[in-house]
Amino acid sequence: MYPSRFRYEAPRSLDEAIATLRDGGDYAKVLAGGQSLVPLMKLRFASPELVVDINNVPGLDYHRADPDGTLRIGALCRHADLERSVLLKAAQPTMAAAAPVIADPIVRTRGTLVGSLCHADPQGDWASVVLALGGSVVAQGPRGRRTIPMAGFVTGPFENVLEPDEVAVEAVIPPATGTRAGGYLKLERRVGDFATVGVAVALDISGGTVTSAGIALTGVGGSTIAATDAARALAGQPLTAQSIEMAAGLAAEAARPRTDHRGSADYKRHMVHTFVTRILRRAGGSGVDGTGVAGTAERAA
Amino acid sequence: MTMVYEDHGDEISDVPMRRIRFSVNGQKKIAEVEPRLLLAHLIRRGLGLTGTHMGCDTTNCGACTVLVDGRPVKSCTMLAVQADGREISTVEGLATASELHPLQEGFKEEHGLQCGFCTPGMMMAAKALLDENPDPSEEDVRWALSGNLCRCTGYQNIVKSVLWAADKLREEG
Repeated sequence: MYPSRFRYEAPRSLDEAIATLRDGGDYAKVLAGGQSLVPLMKLRFASPELVVDINNVPGLDYHRADPDGTLRIGALCRHADLERSVLLKAAQPTMAAAAPVIADPIVRTRGTLVGSLCHADPQGDWASVVLALGGSVVAQGPRGRRTIPMAGFVTGPFENVLEPDEVAVEAVIPPATGTRAGGYLKLERRVGDFATVGVAVALDISGGTVTSAGIALTGVGGSTIAATDAARALAGQPLTAQSIEMAAGLAAEAARPRTDHRGSADYKRHMVHTFVTRILRRAGGSGVDGTGVAGTAERAA
Repeated sequence: MTMVYEDHGDEISDVPMRRIRFSVNGQKKIAEVEPRLLLAHLIRRGLGLTGTHMGCDTTNCGACTVLVDGRPVKSCTMLAVQADGREISTVEGLATASELHPLQEGFKEEHGLQCGFCTPGMMMAAKALLDENPDPSEEDVRWALSGNLCRCTGYQNIVKSVLWAADKLREEG
């Protein structure tokens, strides 16, 4: 298989990339890691007339923390960079847990977090993680930069709010209001498959109290699901067996799974409950004493 | 090098072509490619290096794994034009004229293949692992090869083969 014919440009700067997109008409696509776009083009689900490859644009492969703790992940930061990241291991347990379970190790050397958010696959793992963390996408276009909260970034399956001449340049995760805790658990039939169920939990804990909470679900609905009621049940109080049970139950209620070849709807809903409980119990065991939950990156998910 | 493309009736002048420079197994090359040509096709059809196999053609199986600037890539999921300025390593670059690479020896010693279709991809993924981590645990090997499918061996002997190669490479220093 190979893609249909397209014009290819490989600009050397962001300004050049944006100008190329602006002049390129409606059907241009930005190519970063290509691990979703190239397969789509090969299957002819996408047939852009112009492909703007940003891999030669310098200075986009970073992930770093600002002095206030805000995390920034550049458009060319690969999943593998995040998997190996000392920064994430120390400061961001939800992302550290998710990075090793994205796709497979070889896809992770090319694919990018920002590209994954833009691709807006309803079963994408990073969308849940960034949603649970209250993150945003920064887009740059001819009219300057704008920051789009993740909750409003995706408008439907494989659709986002970017204008045709905008490039998503980074993802932003706001700073913690306490000690970070949480994790990402993914049930998959084999490495590289889409999630049967994925659960992202992001907590800030201060003085034994959960100061903020986010829970988002992958693979159990037509889109990424923000389990806001479940998260609300945790905020403002200590993690207890009761609050954990309450949140797990509400998250399972928020899920909209369908029976398919990956499992029955009941099974998937049950796994949402199990994963929320598992992540929160670990957070209760270690997050309260200030060590966070770095150990949730289960290899054999 | 001559590449042949399907004729869809476009004006010849409308077919976009790009000239790229890259290296394959240490040899410098120049190629003229249409942007939609996949790296796997450049390697197999353009360079005639058919050791890189095309299995699933959908980014799943890993048979087409090559190294791009030392990092493993599924070459069916990268455009050939993106190889511009890069160093490509394929399975043909492992052995010298007289000696097998320790990975190849390991697959021979530990019976790491049956049909052999997945083997080039396995070896290149394993090479990327050993370049980064010369003393991997069994779990490290299984983890590094988890993007490569084998339908014959059940993976046991592939893992042993890679560990054998790791030992040999460490002995050789």
